[in-house]
Amino acid sequence: MKFRGKIVDVACLNHVTRVISTISKLTKTCVLRLTADNLFFVLSGKVANGGVSMWCELSQANVFDEYQMEGVSSEDNEICLEVTPENLSRALKTVQNAKAVKVKLTKKHCPCLTIAAELPTLSSISRVVTHDVPVDVIPRRLWHEFKEPSMPDFDVSVYLPPLKTMKNVVDRMKNLSNFLVIEANLSGEMNLKIETDLVSVTTHFKDLGNPLWGDDASQDGGPSPSRDPEAMAQARVDIRKLQQFLMGQQVNPSKAMCNIVHERVVHLILLHEDVSLQYFIPAVA
Amino acid sequence: MPLSTQSQADDEQYVLVASMDNARNLSNILKAITFKDQAIFSATPNGLKVTVEDSKCLQANAFIQAEIFQEFTIKEDLVGFQVNLTVLLDCLSIFGGSTVPGVSTALRMCYKGYGYPLTLFLEEGGVVTVCKINTQEPEEPIDFEFCSNNVTNKVILLSESLKEAFSELDMTSEVLQITMSPSQPYFRLSTFGNSGNAHYDYPKDSEMMELFKCTKTQTNRYKMSLLKPSTKALALSCKVSVRTDIRGFLSLQYLVRNDDGQICFVEYYCCPDEEVEEE
Repeated sequence: MKFRGKIVDVACLNHVTRVISTISKLTKTCVLRLTADNLFFVLSGKVANGGVSMWCELSQANVFDEYQMEGVSSEDNEICLEVTPENLSRALKTVQNAKAVKVKLTKKHCPCLTIAAELPTLSSISRVVTHDVPVDVIPRRLWHEFKEPSMPDFDVSVYLPPLKTMKNVVDRMKNLSNFLVIEANLSGEMNLKIETDLVSVTTHFKDLGNPLWGDDASQDGGPSPSRDPEAMAQARVDIRKLQQFLMGQQVNPSKAMCNIVHERVVHLILLHEDVSLQYFIPAVA
Repeated sequence: MPLSTQSQADDEQYVLVASMDNARNLSNILKAITFKDQAIFSATPNGLKVTVEDSKCLQANAFIQAEIFQEFTIKEDLVGFQVNLTVLLDCLSIFGGSTVPGVSTALRMCYKGYGYPLTLFLEEGGVVTVCKINTQEPEEPIDFEFCSNNVTNKVILLSESLKEAFSELDMTSEVLQITMSPSQPYFRLSTFGNSGNAHYDYPKDSEMMELFKCTKTQTNRYKMSLLKPSTKALALSCKVSVRTDIRGFLSLQYLVRNDDGQICFVEYYCCPDEEVEEE
């Protein structure tokens, strides 16, 4: 198993730092999968994280100028590591000024992702900074837990309203209730609702538009063509999970969508440049 | 359900409808009296009065005249109900608390009468939020029986001067003592805390003193914990009137200008601290 990467472009460095920083706000630990072409950050839905799962994908070519990856074997040419994104994020933030940043899989007292950079100083001598970020190697027999999630058999797919507006509303709703209902229909309408003994609050978003998934989707069983466009598909979720997702978003995505499987799961998809982030929040009774 | 297309028919069922282009003109003034969860709303054709009380010794009232609202329609002489004020404030700021210039939340507040919730329609940037807050039978607000005839001492000060003093007040003092007199020291605030005794004097001819009418020397003490919430009202205000009556009851009246420069009033009534003997 071998991994070495070199980042020389400051825009690429900012890019990957931002992505990892967003991931760090969504989860404390996750799995990093390194393949020949991509980096994947994966969180598989377990009871411990409230059943929330996440899949983030970016192409290595848009980050690394040099990339050498030799996986576990030639048939399984990838590396799977359990990482703490906050540690990676912190390390990367300290080397934003560097001319070049090298990332390497090493073995110190334990397996590490070593981030090394030469930082400019006032004198002509550069300062070398090295961070050894501990990671855990995930054995091949567990890799099946971190596969790309398949598109759920959703009832409604809708574009999300501006994330900032959603975040403001959800932040206030969290003061009033622990649970929130998200509902949407094929007429581009979405409602966020809370209801308690003291108060009920509903926020109505309109004219959001519904993404067309095309033939692939209908094969997977997307919304049936005979579905009443006004009919709402809904899911009741833990409001903190939605709030956590919204808090993490630093950049306005070029596309933001929400798929709802009625009373089962809310599937959020954000696309920005070459990065795609999917987040699954299970419905609660 | 955009605010503007709410049908006439819907309006028929409400005994109170009050609309504002900028919900902050209501939420800011309510924040000045939010020291307890429950608030009593009393609406008359003159406008809205919101009352919050604490342990029968302190009462705060916010007055928002009918003219402040873009629309104020009331079908009865008096409409009263009680709601959770914290929940109401969360609803009024549902689109976030930030103040981006040119962007404001429009509000339409509606009430059908006894047993019905208070319904708020809030709109910002084309997005509408509907809130239904449960109401309760209003408790009778305490009548402090404070009338102008019994006022012994009155001063009106520019809030600026009091703001400084209140921000420096020794909070380890259990009481705030107010001395008002036609002679020296005229108007004095005193505290007795761990750091010692502190006095703030305002001479009657100070440029901060807009009005000075003191007939009798009076010293009264009030529990600091009761008066502390009034600093929120002070912070919003430009002028404050301080009055005491023969019993030593305190009335603080604050003149508040909202975002649009309109005037609203907040008043606090406070009982004197029992343990002190009148001079």
